[in-house]
Amino acid sequence: MNRFPNHRFLPYALVIPSVAIITIFLIVPFGQAVYLSFHRVSPFGTLRNVGWRNYIEMFRSSEYLFSFRNTMIFSALVIGVGLTIALCIALLTTQKIRGAGFYQIAFIWTYAMSPIIAGVMWSLIFDPSIGIMARFINRATGLSINYYTDPVAAFILVTAASVWIMLGYNICFFVAGLQNVPHELKEAAWIDGATTWQTFWVVTFPMLSPTTAFLVFVNTVYAFFQSFGMIDVVTQGGPNRATEFLIYKIYRDGFGRMQEGQAAAQSVFLFVLIAIVGAVQIYTSTKKSVYDR
Amino acid sequence: MKRQTLNAILTHAVLIITLLAVAFPMYYAFVMATHTHQDAYAFPPILRPGNQLWTNIKTAWTRVNMGLLLRNSTIIACVVSVGKIVFSILAAFAFTHFKFRGSWFLFPLCMVTQMMPLPVRVIPLYRMMADWNWLNTYQALTIPYFASTTGIILFRQFYMTVPAELADAARVDGATPMQYLWHILLPLSWTNVAALLVIEFVYMWNEYLWPNIATTEAGMRVAQIGLRMLYTSERGAAEWNIIMAGLFIIMLPPLIVLIIFRRQFAQGIAMQTTK
Repeated sequence: MNRFPNHRFLPYALVIPSVAIITIFLIVPFGQAVYLSFHRVSPFGTLRNVGWRNYIEMFRSSEYLFSFRNTMIFSALVIGVGLTIALCIALLTTQKIRGAGFYQIAFIWTYAMSPIIAGVMWSLIFDPSIGIMARFINRATGLSINYYTDPVAAFILVTAASVWIMLGYNICFFVAGLQNVPHELKEAAWIDGATTWQTFWVVTFPMLSPTTAFLVFVNTVYAFFQSFGMIDVVTQGGPNRATEFLIYKIYRDGFGRMQEGQAAAQSVFLFVLIAIVGAVQIYTSTKKSVYDR
Repeated sequence: MKRQTLNAILTHAVLIITLLAVAFPMYYAFVMATHTHQDAYAFPPILRPGNQLWTNIKTAWTRVNMGLLLRNSTIIACVVSVGKIVFSILAAFAFTHFKFRGSWFLFPLCMVTQMMPLPVRVIPLYRMMADWNWLNTYQALTIPYFASTTGIILFRQFYMTVPAELADAARVDGATPMQYLWHILLPLSWTNVAALLVIEFVYMWNEYLWPNIATTEAGMRVAQIGLRMLYTSERGAAEWNIIMAGLFIIMLPPLIVLIIFRRQFAQGIAMQTTK
């Protein structure tokens, strides 16, 4: 561990750049956000202490609860649908087939897409007048879907674009995780007479749990925060607030309506939510798996 | 044997169909970018590329001052990538090669950054930048990003696997720690450097919330904001061909970086999953 014992001060010099950036631009602003969350800001910029009122009003506001509910549904769909599709594809690409290496890398490019790019591409597909999806649904069911006016259509649009954008990254991680599953374990299960299906649930899936937990965290971060660009550009939180997710509400309340105290309370609560998911992830990846000796 | 071939063919078929389905939005956007406004609205829809790509690109380019947007995005994406790579190599080197008081506290501190994405501290950070007169500057768009949890994990993971004898040999030969880092460790780390470069370049190029808040001057706008301007101004007129031509220009730089370093990126990911 200590490979250069004669240099006592060097390690501090090496970590100072990172620690300084983290302190100045992360810890301090976060501390200020916590402080601000207990205050109201007047139009002249003066602060008034209001105790827990911002939080209490937040949880009583039907607008906030609606946004919270929609964010949870959105996140659950991005994680559930996205990870299921990615795992299926990853399982197929790790079969013993020719060109497996090609398929493992062939999906990676969606990682380079920005949420705005994905949002714009998918809004073309859903465009009420020329979008191929809208036309297809119209032809098949007679319904005309319009994401400008229909909350469900807008919700499906942002969910589909989000699942699509995360696909490359999710597949890449699952492939790496699957390649770490020792082959002997699967063979042992087969010898004991387990079917492919049983082998997957008893051996492969539990062995993947650190990878899955990590991906749940990353996809939650995406759904909570990075989806902002897509929302701001394509739906602006509409229609009828259906896509006004928590992060978008913070932005609107904090910068549009100048309710900085209330927005700060929302961001502190959002931090608590992401910290819980992060803690679960760290717990899952550090605890010894069932099959470790 | 027969059953195995059948399985293989089926697997190939499913994978190819999925791949085509995933690529379809991109293809459809590309087709749209190659047609005239009129053909874009043809019914039934034309699914073959046309010959208007260059014209549409030129229109999109001049309409949102694309040269300036690409320049700004390139500057911030490169500066942040380099900054993050350097800062995380230094920190990972300290955490793996030295025993020092406070490291038990400083290492978790560096990991915490993952939990504090910009949005949860955006309001105070905006006030701070305003107080420092940093709004509409490159500093505001780059320096707050310089610390990287992913980077520190990535390099730490790798440095822990480097045999201790290497450092011992270097020390016996009279090399300073920095000489060892520069001449021995760094040349071994190129895969990780490339992986982190992809992660951070893509991340920064696609960053939108903070540039949108921290800049108001037209001269400081980045590519993602340009795409929003193009989209919101042209959607009214529904010039999808122009929007998509602009989208392709803005999408290309991170895509090229990813494709060049795709192997290193995949290896970097594999390294993060092994404990």
